[in-house]
Amino acid sequence: MAHEDDPLEHERASWQPSPGLAVAVTDPVQHDSLPPHRERMTDKDPAAMKRAVRTVYTLFYLSVAASIWAVAAYILFPIESGSLTDIRHNELFVGLGIAAALLAIGVGAIHWSKAVMSDKEFIEPRHATRGRDTTRDAAIQAFAEANEESGFGRRAMIRNSMIAAVVASIVPGITLFRGLAPEGSPADPHAGDPVYLLSHTMWKKGTRLVHDPTGAPIKAADIEIGSAVHVIPEGLMPDEVSNYLDEKAKAIVLLVRMPVDQLHPPKGKESWGYDGIVAFSKVCTHVGCPVALYEQQTHHLLCPCHQSQFDVSHGAEVLFGPAARPLPQLPIEVDAEGYLVAQSDFHEPVGPSFWERH
Amino acid sequence: MSTTTAPSETEAPAPASEKEAPLGGRFLGWASNYLDERTSLSGFVKELGRKIFPDHWSFMLGEIALWSFVAVLLSGTFLTFFFQASMVETHYAGAYEPMRGVQMSAALDSTLRLSFDIRGGLLVRQIHHWAALVFVAGIGVHMLRVFFTGAFRKPRELNWVIGFILFVLAMAEGFTGYSLPDDLLSGNGLAIINGMIKGIPVIGTWTSFLLFGGLFPGNQIVGRLYTLHILLLPAILVGLLVLHLMLMIINKHTQFAGPARKNSNVVGYPMLPVYASKMGGFFFITFGIIVLIASLFTINPIWNYGPYDPSPVSAGTQPDWYIGFADGALRLAPPHLEFVWLDHTWSFNIIIPLVVLVVFIVLVMFYPFIEAWITGDKREHHIAQRPRNSATRTAIGAAGVWFYAVLWASASSDLIATHFQLTMEGVIHTLQGALIIGPIIIYFVAKRICIALQKKDREILLHGYESGRIVRLPGGEFIEVHQPVDEFERIKLADYETYEPLVVRPNAKGRIGFWRNFRGSLSRWFFEDRLVPITHTELEAAHAHQHHELEQMASIEGEEIQGAHERAGHPEAPLTPIDDGKSGEVPVRPTSVLNTDDPAHPHKNREKEAGQ
Repeated sequence: MAHEDDPLEHERASWQPSPGLAVAVTDPVQHDSLPPHRERMTDKDPAAMKRAVRTVYTLFYLSVAASIWAVAAYILFPIESGSLTDIRHNELFVGLGIAAALLAIGVGAIHWSKAVMSDKEFIEPRHATRGRDTTRDAAIQAFAEANEESGFGRRAMIRNSMIAAVVASIVPGITLFRGLAPEGSPADPHAGDPVYLLSHTMWKKGTRLVHDPTGAPIKAADIEIGSAVHVIPEGLMPDEVSNYLDEKAKAIVLLVRMPVDQLHPPKGKESWGYDGIVAFSKVCTHVGCPVALYEQQTHHLLCPCHQSQFDVSHGAEVLFGPAARPLPQLPIEVDAEGYLVAQSDFHEPVGPSFWERH
Repeated sequence: MSTTTAPSETEAPAPASEKEAPLGGRFLGWASNYLDERTSLSGFVKELGRKIFPDHWSFMLGEIALWSFVAVLLSGTFLTFFFQASMVETHYAGAYEPMRGVQMSAALDSTLRLSFDIRGGLLVRQIHHWAALVFVAGIGVHMLRVFFTGAFRKPRELNWVIGFILFVLAMAEGFTGYSLPDDLLSGNGLAIINGMIKGIPVIGTWTSFLLFGGLFPGNQIVGRLYTLHILLLPAILVGLLVLHLMLMIINKHTQFAGPARKNSNVVGYPMLPVYASKMGGFFFITFGIIVLIASLFTINPIWNYGPYDPSPVSAGTQPDWYIGFADGALRLAPPHLEFVWLDHTWSFNIIIPLVVLVVFIVLVMFYPFIEAWITGDKREHHIAQRPRNSATRTAIGAAGVWFYAVLWASASSDLIATHFQLTMEGVIHTLQGALIIGPIIIYFVAKRICIALQKKDREILLHGYESGRIVRLPGGEFIEVHQPVDEFERIKLADYETYEPLVVRPNAKGRIGFWRNFRGSLSRWFFEDRLVPITHTELEAAHAHQHHELEQMASIEGEEIQGAHERAGHPEAPLTPIDDGKSGEVPVRPTSVLNTDDPAHPHKNREKEAGQ
């Protein structure tokens, strides 16, 4: 198929597409005729053809039967008991009926086309995708006349101002999308400030640490060495806080207790724990999954999503994985009744990094 | 009352219809006429009705994508009648006992209700999920077929780009759909997306804030994703899909080289009836298999997960398969890649994986243009290449597949570690190494394999297949008989053109421009190692040589047999076995094995090939 002989290109007088770096073989191996038609069983043997036809319509009738079965199964297998077994049976038997009905149609149709329909191959010429020269000239002519009559190319001021106007008209539409997120109001001045919202949680001085999700307060003395406790701030209950999940997503904390001599708090955070009890944000500093696979012996915390590992005994610094920063620590102390309370909010935003975070 | 008063116009066609009724009967004839007079439909049928499509199993892969998409649309429409895209908190009171009284969003509540309170609802949900998985997979394998056979070359580059956008849209559809039930796993998926978006410099924080309508998780995201999932994305998807198919019809399908199959024609079966039946049948098979899987295997049992809560941990969970490569990319980022610079946080542990993914995607999308620029080939290509005949492209593709596969495997790094009792660190470090070094090794191995296969093809063309028959010649020599390639098979093995590296010459000013030089280097990289295709003359010469040897062999054979006859005292005995009509077997002698032109004993192989 040296390109000189290619009718695709001969069709268009003005078109001599470059073969680029291609080097055509001067006399390629060619074979211009179709191989002789090989008769199928159904072509040779009328009995085989009869069998094939019978198979096809049997499959189609089978499909009808399967459809009827699917409707019957819909009625025969009620799910109103709510038990998983009944639901599974309904799903299974309706599904098998539909699947059989569809597959029988499909297999029947394909058998029809392969065994019964003619399998004679046809040769159809291709034409170049490019329009014929006359067509292309006519198209150019259409544009040229339109240009002449409108002055689109000549009257630059009209054209450019129109383009500017159309582009500008899109901007208001984009502006409207500011409404996707809330804006600040006198009642809630920070509602429209993501940086503020990301930097503050429900924790403040004196907030009790309570069990997640029961809400029971935690006595320091009740925490055994080696245990890990899932903690939320007191008052974070579904019906008490308006945007409960948003607050919970920031405020979740993991509390662990280890022998005091094994704890090596970073500089300046020596007083953030209490008697070997330390509390860290449970939101991974990588992309924000809850980090709570605690390994008691090594004091390592593992994030189940992307396997970042944090060393709780060393201020939750990153040991391995894609996370970059230690988990923020919640400073805690004990109140007069012996319950654990927060010294303050987190000193840095919890969760994944963001541009304005520092 | 009287037949003679009947208007002549009704009488006139009557005799004609008695002789030959219109095709399909009176009603169809009337209906077709009605439609055609109002729509010119006959022209459409004339153009497409007997349009020829080539046949090859790999051309079916795109159909898997098409038909599973139809299954997605049908099942998804059913689901919209029951699903409530709202994050308003309710307490579940539906049929499923263990979840009763649990506080959850209306989205999860309605998903549970459509699963457990509507007969067949669970089935449709499962069909929808499975069909979506098959849809993305179908697009994936279809793209691999198009890539490795060079079917993206001119004039189909734009259709490749459209197809690629469809792939991205399909993944977006998958992810938005996965997030809708608002269960624990989908919420975690959204948390990861939120974290990724926040890591984007400059716009990240606000993009997340706007997307979620405030802080994550907010109470907006399900409704917004729903609009994307059932309106915006499907509208674009269907539009591009129609364009994709229209361009396929305009460009006509590619075909593999073969007897009578040339760049300037299409050989195959007509649209009506063969392809209408095959494609229609294949729709039912695709749909049927999806329903079968859906009724047998449970996917995404949200009732086990419960509502989204930022606190609980679910170890060992996996995203849907097509998101795996993105999740894996996040896992492979090394630690401590975050800096404060210019008073802002630069999260390179997010930025690097994102940039790598975007570069990978852009390279795949623009590959046809890159290759076209290197070859400078402006002609139309309608013959699908065999992957081995384009060694460098195939090697690049294999390296890309490896790269994707490593990212994909990385999404399961925790499961690999737990199942094979390996350390987490060891698995991640191995995958990091495999991601960077693997593609290079795979590239060279694949390229060498391709070139070796080309050499094998040439060997077969020139000398035939090794038949495995060892023959002892009368002189005592042993030879292995080679069986020549069938004449219809030859054309499939022979390539007809090759590309030569660009020879860069200085221009009039005595300079070589940077881009020209660059293109020259790329073309050397692509085409330096190549086999020049065999010509017809060479093939004929090889066969003539074979015939010559054959004749020589026959004459030696004849002399030896004659000598044996003379020694036995029967010099008049025939040199070939007497055909008594009973033994139909071809004697295994070099002359009979090699002589393919003997019409009495055609090769079994030829008959098989000719029937294809």
